[in-house]
Amino acid sequence: MSTSAGQPSGERITGAQSLIRSMEYADVDVVFGIPGGAILPAYDPLMDSTKVRHILVRHEQAAGHAAEGYAAATGRVGVCMATSGPGATNLVTPIADAHMDSVPMVAITGQVPSSAIGTDAFQEADIRGITMPITKHNYLVTNPDEIPRAIAEAFYLASSGRPGPVLVDISKDALQAMTTFEWPTDISLPGYHPVTKPHSKQVREADRLILESKRPVLYVGGGVIRANASAQLRELAELTGLPVVTTLMARGAFPDSHPQHMGMPGMHGSVGAVGALQKSDLLVTLGARFDDRVTGKLSTFAPDATVIHADIDPAEIGKNRHADVPIVGDVGEVMTELIAALREEMAAGRQGDYEGWWVQLNRWRDTYPLGYDLPNDGSLSPQYVIERLGALSGPDAIMAAGVGQHQMWGAQFVKYEKPRTWLNSGGLGTMGYAVPAAMGAKVGMPGSVVWAIDGDGCFQMTNQELVTCAINDIPIKVALINNSSLGMVRQWQTLFYNERYSETDLHSHRLPDFVKLADAYGCHGLRCETPEEVDSVIEKALSINDAPVVIDFVVHRDAMVWPMVAAGTSNDDILVAREMAPSWDSEE
Amino acid sequence: MSRHTLSVLVEDKPGVLARVSSLFSRRGFNIESLAVGPTEVPEVSRMTIVVNVTGLPLEQVTKQLNKLVNVLKIVELDEANSVQRAIALVKVKADAGQRSSILEVVQLFRAKVVDVALDAVTIEVTGNDDKIEALLKLLEPYGIKELVRSGVIATSRGGRSISDRNLRPADRTA
Repeated sequence: MSTSAGQPSGERITGAQSLIRSMEYADVDVVFGIPGGAILPAYDPLMDSTKVRHILVRHEQAAGHAAEGYAAATGRVGVCMATSGPGATNLVTPIADAHMDSVPMVAITGQVPSSAIGTDAFQEADIRGITMPITKHNYLVTNPDEIPRAIAEAFYLASSGRPGPVLVDISKDALQAMTTFEWPTDISLPGYHPVTKPHSKQVREADRLILESKRPVLYVGGGVIRANASAQLRELAELTGLPVVTTLMARGAFPDSHPQHMGMPGMHGSVGAVGALQKSDLLVTLGARFDDRVTGKLSTFAPDATVIHADIDPAEIGKNRHADVPIVGDVGEVMTELIAALREEMAAGRQGDYEGWWVQLNRWRDTYPLGYDLPNDGSLSPQYVIERLGALSGPDAIMAAGVGQHQMWGAQFVKYEKPRTWLNSGGLGTMGYAVPAAMGAKVGMPGSVVWAIDGDGCFQMTNQELVTCAINDIPIKVALINNSSLGMVRQWQTLFYNERYSETDLHSHRLPDFVKLADAYGCHGLRCETPEEVDSVIEKALSINDAPVVIDFVVHRDAMVWPMVAAGTSNDDILVAREMAPSWDSEE
Repeated sequence: MSRHTLSVLVEDKPGVLARVSSLFSRRGFNIESLAVGPTEVPEVSRMTIVVNVTGLPLEQVTKQLNKLVNVLKIVELDEANSVQRAIALVKVKADAGQRSSILEVVQLFRAKVVDVALDAVTIEVTGNDDKIEALLKLLEPYGIKELVRSGVIATSRGGRSISDRNLRPADRTA
């Protein structure tokens, strides 16, 4: 925590002024929010702050996702602000989202005056109670003297250990009352001691297993990105020669172009990556949490594997899968120590031998590459659009996806080379994440090209923020993968509900007219309906930087996401296409 | 199904009871009893939580509890090495004819009568759950009009204190 001067000046200021000054001391440069009755006192001094930029969004949910996008792209704490009652409850979805995906975020909400708390006052909601299960910690502040400490602790908690959202609810009277400002010089939280340094005995045991195993794999999760540990990951991978799989949350943690990268595992993972986990004898788990979308049916997941599990959160270790070698610590520090100890082992002549394993891995990778069929009728393939989007935008572009088919194709067909270039809602699966998250990312990384890869269903949940982008000079680009359907739900109906398409037709090839909608919001609207136009329309969008751009890619609706491990089934039963299972064994 | 007694030291902050109890229900654990009160250390409260565990490992809930910022320490107390006590107040139907036989039961259990009316007596009993259950079984035939029971409180046997550093917390081993 910063130990900048405490400044007990004795100067009398309001709680609201103290709040804004606290945010300045916490190095907040941008806040996404909407004012309202209870938070109003804070917005008055906010107007005078030269350090804190406030971006007025159109719905509080978007303020939360923008803070998440900002945090995911920059690594800094994202901040959102809302008033009491409905303002605060509109933040619940992004707070839950940040909790699931370990996003450092601070949410500041106004609360009704303390004398009215508990009386069902106008716009009263117990947001502290409501958010208890979905925050790392939260506060209700009714004493203005406690504002600086609450803010300082909130930023410390949000950004340290396993990152997550922290909510600070402040009653209106505390904002209005007079106080003196004193920024705490030390943070004392007796019940909070995240362990960052790994146990050396466990590290040596892990190294021994790595060298002795025959079919090891580095199972890499989003924790590696949150911990800024991509460099250590690359060093560890190259030192050992182990194959790497990156989960949905870890795309970009390891370069897709790297020959040791087997791709993404999980429900829509590549055969190579799923096989690498499933047939492994040693999972070196780094900042991943054995999510059901990765493991498939848990009891059949990687049945022959010994498990090394490194995570900063002890509660993740052994939660879903028993860990033979548990390592609590910062994943970057864990890898640094693994590397150091491995070098000693290797200097002493001990080497791993994974040659046979790589023969198998390469066969899976060569036999079952990710791919897709082009539609026969000449209509537009969504996978092709997304593939070209990645290729033309380059490795520095940031992609923020919604949730559904387009998200999976965005994870599969864009080649990620760098961390923090792939943002999505992995744990909660929040439709509508893309546009506001892209907005937040663009604010944090104004020099980068930022795309929202969105579906027509998702887009219609949060597209009002296009106007926020247009007014505040945040020129994001939206690639709207418009299949006129809730595509992933429709895919499940195709596969599991006898093609009975109950309530998944959005009619969005007809209504709304997304080009006109973009225009109405002060954005450039483009449409693309044929494969021939794809490159030129993407290039046109890339050349526009004076306003947001929306491309309505009218794609065919029967495309499906493959491979697929159906929910609740074993990874062994992965299908590379409909009714097409891969053959795992090499005799053929 | 197994029964565990957890002693949880928490910061005495508003909302801490809600944080702890809702965590149990959210993670699918059934609390059998919960007692909370101040300790020898100012601003530190102690909760004694008796939890029934079926299937899910207790370790997961203690790890999740440890993640609560206001939770300072968790120790599991096994029955053999701890003193566990609860209190019960039992209002039993008792006319003049039954009163003396009820008093005999009360004496056998070293319980005491804390209130007498024409048609009832109120009995206070302290002990572990087994003792209280046994007493209730004997009082049942007379007719229990009202029963109030506290949660169990517990402390380890011997000279060590829960706040001693060398007492191993319930998880943190991973």
